[in-house]
Amino acid sequence: MTTEVLDLESALERYDPVLGLEVHVELNTASKMFCGCPTAFGADPNTQVCPVCLGLPGSLPVLNARAVESAIRIGLALNCEIAEWCRFARKNYFYPDMPKNYQISQYDEPIAFNGWTEVAVDGKSYRIEIERAHMEEDTGKSLHVGGATGRIHGASHSLVDYNRAGIPLIEIVTKPIEVPGDKAAAVAKAYVGMLRDLLRALGVSDVRMEQGSLRCDANVSLKLRGATEFGTRTETKNVNSLRSVERAVTYEIQRQGAVLDAGGRVTQETRHWHEDTGITTPGRSKEQAEDYRYFPEPDLLPLAPSREWVDQLRGTLPEPPPARRIRLQAEWGFTDLEMRDVVNAGAQDLLEQTVALGTSAAAAKKWWLGELARAANDSGSDLNDLGVGPEQVAAVQRLVDDGSLNDKLARQVFDGLVKGEGTPAQIVEARGLALVSDDGALRAAVDRAIEANPEVVEKVRSGKAAAAGALIGAVMKEMRGQADAAKVRELVEAKLSS
Amino acid sequence: MSDLTRKTAAELSDLMTSGQASSVEITQAHLDRIAAVDDAVHAFLYVDTEGALEQARSVDERRAAGEELGPLAGVPLALKDVLTQQDVPTTAGSRILEGWRPPYDATTVARLKAAGVVILGKTNMDEFAMGSSTENSAYGPTHNPWDLDKIPGGSGGGSAAAVAAYEAPLAIGTDTGGSIRQPGAVTGTVGVKPTYGGTSRYGLIALASSLDTPGPCARTTLDAALLHEAIAGHDPMDSTSIDQAVPPVVAAARRASVEGTRIGVVKEMGGEGYQPGVEARFHEAVELLTKLGAEVTEVSCPHFQYGLPAYYLILPSEASSNLAKFDAMRFGLRVGDDGELSAEEVMARTREAGFGAEVKRRIMLGTYALSSGYYDAYYGQAQKVRTLIQRDFARAYEQVDVLVSPSTPTTAFRIGERVDDPIAMYMNDLCTIPSNLAGNAAGSFPAGLADEDGLPVGFHVMAPVMRDDLVYQVGAALEAALAEQWGGVLMTKAAELEVSR
Repeated sequence: MTTEVLDLESALERYDPVLGLEVHVELNTASKMFCGCPTAFGADPNTQVCPVCLGLPGSLPVLNARAVESAIRIGLALNCEIAEWCRFARKNYFYPDMPKNYQISQYDEPIAFNGWTEVAVDGKSYRIEIERAHMEEDTGKSLHVGGATGRIHGASHSLVDYNRAGIPLIEIVTKPIEVPGDKAAAVAKAYVGMLRDLLRALGVSDVRMEQGSLRCDANVSLKLRGATEFGTRTETKNVNSLRSVERAVTYEIQRQGAVLDAGGRVTQETRHWHEDTGITTPGRSKEQAEDYRYFPEPDLLPLAPSREWVDQLRGTLPEPPPARRIRLQAEWGFTDLEMRDVVNAGAQDLLEQTVALGTSAAAAKKWWLGELARAANDSGSDLNDLGVGPEQVAAVQRLVDDGSLNDKLARQVFDGLVKGEGTPAQIVEARGLALVSDDGALRAAVDRAIEANPEVVEKVRSGKAAAAGALIGAVMKEMRGQADAAKVRELVEAKLSS
Repeated sequence: MSDLTRKTAAELSDLMTSGQASSVEITQAHLDRIAAVDDAVHAFLYVDTEGALEQARSVDERRAAGEELGPLAGVPLALKDVLTQQDVPTTAGSRILEGWRPPYDATTVARLKAAGVVILGKTNMDEFAMGSSTENSAYGPTHNPWDLDKIPGGSGGGSAAAVAAYEAPLAIGTDTGGSIRQPGAVTGTVGVKPTYGGTSRYGLIALASSLDTPGPCARTTLDAALLHEAIAGHDPMDSTSIDQAVPPVVAAARRASVEGTRIGVVKEMGGEGYQPGVEARFHEAVELLTKLGAEVTEVSCPHFQYGLPAYYLILPSEASSNLAKFDAMRFGLRVGDDGELSAEEVMARTREAGFGAEVKRRIMLGTYALSSGYYDAYYGQAQKVRTLIQRDFARAYEQVDVLVSPSTPTTAFRIGERVDDPIAMYMNDLCTIPSNLAGNAAGSFPAGLADEDGLPVGFHVMAPVMRDDLVYQVGAALEAALAEQWGGVLMTKAAELEVSR
């Protein structure tokens, strides 16, 4: 099946895209939304369950106060109003991975509403209006077995893991986003990226898109250029990286453009994003809208966060990420490009902490975005989970600064740190990485290099100072890199000028 | 000691304390009684002979060791099958849960166990507590011990019949629209619906979450109060549980006085549709209370007449959602799982096979009432009526301490008589429903026998939220005065069950 798509430029000539983004955030509370079960990712299936999150007959939910606190802080950080009184509602529909066949959510009474935030794309700022942020519980996870695709179609049977059922979620919904068509996809990506940074700064979520703790559904519709009435929208799910947000939005603009150009009608439906092929395919049709039969959850009391509490939580908000980024970039003296690399690597906090320990910003960036980012990439883990912290990076850099290590040796120390071989000092000791500071040994090596390379010596003496590099290289090679290059240069130059 | 089954819980407690009987003897006597009469009565769905004797032995040992035990330690009890008891089959009267053994105890059950109460087994009920006759049980009806051809009320007909048939001195019921009080009324026993939130719903298989309330069934008011006190109190596992001290119900039952109590007779609960014998016994009881020193006035609660229709929108709406979890995925019945049918198809087939007609009727009613476009007209409107009924109560309680009415419009009817007429069946709960909608306390107490059929009549006492003590105080005063006339509680007038085994 091939789907016609327009090239983006033609699509944007005739149509204006309208976006709506729904972001689900799994909170990092220790226990689930309505019971005491742990929330850790990656446990064996169905080991983090109890009568409540399994929806066994007779069980009842009890609200996790910490989740409410996180929801309010998220709402405040997005400039939302916080409800003085709100309720949970039941969203009724049958699905095998939903234990009660209703989801405890919020319907017309969200905890936070009417907010806004800003994102920057290509140096220009765009305001995103926030419709609401509400609390709900996650469902279990279905695993479809026996089919070719891992999806339900063609599977022989399905397994359900309820560990995820009942994990607290916050759903953040934007109002329609209408920005210049050529910026739409980038704005969508920037918005999700900004949310990720904000939620991380708030400390309320792991915000790991690849683990599903941050999930984005992208609603896209097209309208004729200049028209006021919105077109029919699609909702694309399974958009699990920032890059996918941008690609999926772009693809839907192109696909819907082709449908409309051919005189067709866009079908209102849920679509599924395929990371590998870069396309969306139809999922559940929403032409006949599901009736979720919402009604107030009778098992829970209404929630009335006191203004004192809200104000107190307002006082705990971190510096807004955009402002913080601008401040740090100025403090560190980084270019826009350098700063973007730091942010994209998720290394802003790590750098800040490392710099606070006395390391220069340039050195901190060098290690975190170089050696350590590579190690994280190799092991498929997050920079934050590498087992190497700002203290260790600062300790290594101190050894470089005092001349005990050079960069090459420092890289080996980092290798040892990643492999868990101990503290920097222990690794230097165990691997024998300390620089040779014995002048006698260095002088002997310099003498040998000069003796072995008479033609180089001739060049230097005839005025080609740069040729001395070969001699320094020879000495470093003999010392197996464990010498201070500056010191060697000093010795070589002294010897040749004498 | 075959008369152990005729003792009240309070008397049994005294016998054990004074060493005249052991819990094992008492428990065995009741197990024997169950074996003798339950084929005819069918109060029980499951009798946990081994478990009960084990609990009894444990209490006897603890008593012998000198341990301080609660007033109900060692006393047997029948548990409505809508409450979970760990590892004991729990069906809620439905096929869809056949064979399910819950992995956890309801809070009520945990408190009973902690109090040393011996749980004899699980009692029959209308499926998922939907009904007023126990005829909707998937496992066959329970029979009224006063007349085996008659219904024992519902949904907790099993619990009331077990108490009335001397199979247990105590039972636990749950009351959503009258399921403790109406069976109490038609079996000549005491049944109290505590204040909503006064007893925990954790482990109660939900019918209508905003209405369901566990409570006590017994043959005397004091026994009911003792049981009430054992199970009541705040439960952090139930968010709607009230975090306040339990009203002093046992002291109130012992006080048994209406001297100076202001009693309001609800004007709207009487007249057309009420059986003459029911009205006669009710008015005699009111006169008796007046003689005992109560100040009786008539009080109007104009919105009570809308209670029944509002109830039959709120209950099915909540039930349609609560019953969605019965889907064959994690527990209970599974039909059609042949490796070919989809999960959705298996769910549908299981629910088709596992639910009875009344359950399906209410799921459909509730699903419709909650549908978008109908919500405001049905569920929303019913919630407004609920508020109006709460205001009626509030206004009434400005004038009087308690409200009274007959518990039911009629005495027990013949099994099968109303099964094809849901509206006639729903009318049983006319007097009891307003208290559920308002969440206040209420109880039914024996008021005598109707002249026309010789069957028990219930006297209904309603009191404000968390004033459960007033219900017991008035009930106990009436009970004491009537016992003086009758030479014992009403149950002593019941004919002996003729049981052939």
